[in-house]
Amino acid sequence: MCTVCGCGTPSQDGEKLKDGRRHAHEHDHAHGHSHPHEHDHAHGDHVHSHPHDHDHPHDHEHPHHHAHHHHDHEHGARETHDYGAGLAGVHVPGMSQERIVQIERDILSKNRSYAEDNRGFFARKGVLALNFVSSPGSGKTSLLVRAINDLKARHALAVIEGDQQTSNDAERIRATGARAIQVNTGKGCHLDAHMVGHALETLDVADDSLLFIENVGNLVCPAAFDLGEAHKVVLLSATEGEDKPAKYPDMFAAADLMLLNKSDLLPHLDFDVGACLAHALRVNPNLQTLIVSAKTGEGLEAFYAWIEARAALARQKAQARKAG
Amino acid sequence: MHEMSLTESVVEILCEEAHRQGFSRVKRVWLEIGALSGVEPEAMEFCFDVVTRGTLAEGAQLEIIRTPGQGWCLACEKNVALAERFGACPDCGGHKVQMTAGDEMRVKELEVE
Repeated sequence: MCTVCGCGTPSQDGEKLKDGRRHAHEHDHAHGHSHPHEHDHAHGDHVHSHPHDHDHPHDHEHPHHHAHHHHDHEHGARETHDYGAGLAGVHVPGMSQERIVQIERDILSKNRSYAEDNRGFFARKGVLALNFVSSPGSGKTSLLVRAINDLKARHALAVIEGDQQTSNDAERIRATGARAIQVNTGKGCHLDAHMVGHALETLDVADDSLLFIENVGNLVCPAAFDLGEAHKVVLLSATEGEDKPAKYPDMFAAADLMLLNKSDLLPHLDFDVGACLAHALRVNPNLQTLIVSAKTGEGLEAFYAWIEARAALARQKAQARKAG
Repeated sequence: MHEMSLTESVVEILCEEAHRQGFSRVKRVWLEIGALSGVEPEAMEFCFDVVTRGTLAEGAQLEIIRTPGQGWCLACEKNVALAERFGACPDCGGHKVQMTAGDEMRVKELEVE
């Protein structure tokens, strides 16, 4: 946990690292996660000296002022609470002596800026990054294992595996020969762009390659967190309810492709494919949909063609960028 | 939704602003949370108490300003109230409604010392 702000720190299981190095890596990661804080610490002196440099008139007297004001403020604060920040949520800064700081910062803005860093990294290297999201047990890892085996002859591939705990999934991926790094989010219910950025530092992603990011199995939270990927690919399995897109609309709205997986089980189920697609398209009219089975391979050629087209585009853009 | 990590992001923002603006304690935090943002205010309040423990915002009061959901109905060609993110237009019942407000998640202002 970050000792400054108390933010959680995920751990990361680097591939092919001995225990000692892995610890070192976790240590790095802990530092890395608190990057903004570290930055602030590193510049802590500068920040303090800024008031001097800029002759910020009151800043240095503030501690004293505040100590003096402290008791007054407590009364003031209660009053402010009574009339200033009432039911309407309207706050009147001028009414109290308490110092009010206007922030107006989007809570997700930090994640967004990390995501843009990742996106820039992918664009420079011509990497197609796909963020696979679904509820637990819909077959993300099995699908990735199959896709890697089918695509590895044509593409360099790497995988970032997100789970709350264990490195089981990364081990399944590594069995295919692909490079994989496991990010354990701990209590976190999703990967964020900062975790992915750190995974990229360790995972040596080749130019013009494919990067599959398997998010934590959760149909809610990962929708809000941009990782810098080109596309979110949402999996829904035939053993789940066909109204999942209606129940969890955010994820289906955020995705560009939906894979309806476990199609081999459809003959044995009452799953209404048409109703499922209708629910999904109501939430996201631009969603592309494919019916696939990671077990039998049904529909996977279409999925690979979808990937190939986007990988070629990512390569071309990176080449044009280098040339231009 | 993911109130725990959102609350952690809030605390990160507080830490950054503390360095930037030179304060050492946060006594009150105003968050603007849209009705369609998927965030449960009660869960956020619970997480806030837990996440701020041992930080500069320990014991701070959390004030959540709820902003209502709004959308533009393409069929009616007007702004309508939206009760859910991908909900139908309350007037015509159609689904061609684009959300225009209500998904805000913002740290609005702070009371500090």
